[in-house]
Amino acid sequence: MLSKRIIACLDVRDGKVVKGVNFEGLREAGDPGELAARYNHEGIDEIVILDVTATMEARQARAQTIRAVAREIFLPLCVGGGIRSEDDAAAAIDAGADKVSLNTAALRDPSLITRLASRYGSQAVIVAIDAKRQNARFEVYARSGTDLTAKDALDWAREAADCGAGEILLTSIDRDGTRAGFDCALTAAVSDAVPIPVIASGGAGAFEHFAEVFTAGAADAALAASIFHFNEKSVSELKRFLAARAIPVRL
Amino acid sequence: MIALIDYGAGNLTSVRKALTHLGAEIATPHTPYDLELARGIIVPGVGHFDATRAITDEWRAGIRAAVARGAALFGICLGMQWLFDGSTEAPGLPGLAAFAGLCTRLPSDGTLLKIPHVGWNNLTQPQPTRLMAGIEQDAQVYFTHSYAAPLTSAAAATTTYGAATFTSAVEHGRIAGAQFHPEKSGDVGLRILKNWLDSL
Repeated sequence: MLSKRIIACLDVRDGKVVKGVNFEGLREAGDPGELAARYNHEGIDEIVILDVTATMEARQARAQTIRAVAREIFLPLCVGGGIRSEDDAAAAIDAGADKVSLNTAALRDPSLITRLASRYGSQAVIVAIDAKRQNARFEVYARSGTDLTAKDALDWAREAADCGAGEILLTSIDRDGTRAGFDCALTAAVSDAVPIPVIASGGAGAFEHFAEVFTAGAADAALAASIFHFNEKSVSELKRFLAARAIPVRL
Repeated sequence: MIALIDYGAGNLTSVRKALTHLGAEIATPHTPYDLELARGIIVPGVGHFDATRAITDEWRAGIRAAVARGAALFGICLGMQWLFDGSTEAPGLPGLAAFAGLCTRLPSDGTLLKIPHVGWNNLTQPQPTRLMAGIEQDAQVYFTHSYAAPLTSAAAATTTYGAATFTSAVEHGRIAGAQFHPEKSGDVGLRILKNWLDSL
């Protein structure tokens, strides 16, 4: 049976892992290579490197960080942040990324999804959607949650899938960094709207939150950062917790 | 020397990194004649079956000749599908036909099942093989694909996703393959690659 994936996110700035609350107030959490090695040892299923400041500072994710992480693990590795062009994607993939995550650049030019999917395959193209609740709908934000777009999250997820995206990485801006739990309503709505896997992100604070997002949230994978970085909870403990609740995981 | 065939279907960095980690000497051949020195040949690849069109008749002949000479051939993901007769993804385009049957799209099973099949899933071993030596029953490996190979008596492993059970690894004589990505499947995947290298 296909396992639900647990993905660790390394938010990287200046070669160090940082993690903010609601995208602001970053604090330092360690060396990306060391953290990746620890997660690998604990049984993480996948790693995402996000250069959280890359888009704002017009800088692409550093090949050096990618190489340092790729050296430590033989697991799927995704890189996002500042991937604006085919050349940016190629640089990340050449450095050892298996997938790239597009956000602002895909919003600006959805054909970038199609071009990258035809060059590297859909499995290599993740579209990251940062969504925020506004009354009964979910609005999409660009540029690390700073710019409101005219897009609705469900429509944009469908469009991205039609363009050739292989997965959706869905972040709830409302929940990001709060540890109040994933936004299960948002995740379920997007998961139902698209035929491709959805990775839930934003709000993980307890093991129960993962169980909720894999059941009520219909997520295929869940991504978290701070719950793992500060050694509060280990990946292996989380997986045993989920397995005990009949949620399929790789042990 | 291990020849890693680059026919433009996806990125080879991860495969090269894993094999180098295991101590293998890797080269990417520029012409089919370069295969004459190869003890092992890897056909990787992701994406659409039509991409295998780039493996021309000359390359096929070179690969067949190398295998006839005793070189081992290993197909990964799309490269394993290419070992079969072909795929309904690109009708009429022949594979190597080392194994019988056409690869077909995974059934979506109503609306509940996501396609592509992405993530970690179990390997069931119907028989002992060199490729899977030391791998536990139900060990998990990383998949990402929408098409899959039919069941065959040469299956080294099978995997079930929704209503479909497909061949996830194959081995017969000097020819083997994996639908999953051993280079991204942690220690289990590295062991499978090592088993293949040890068989050379």
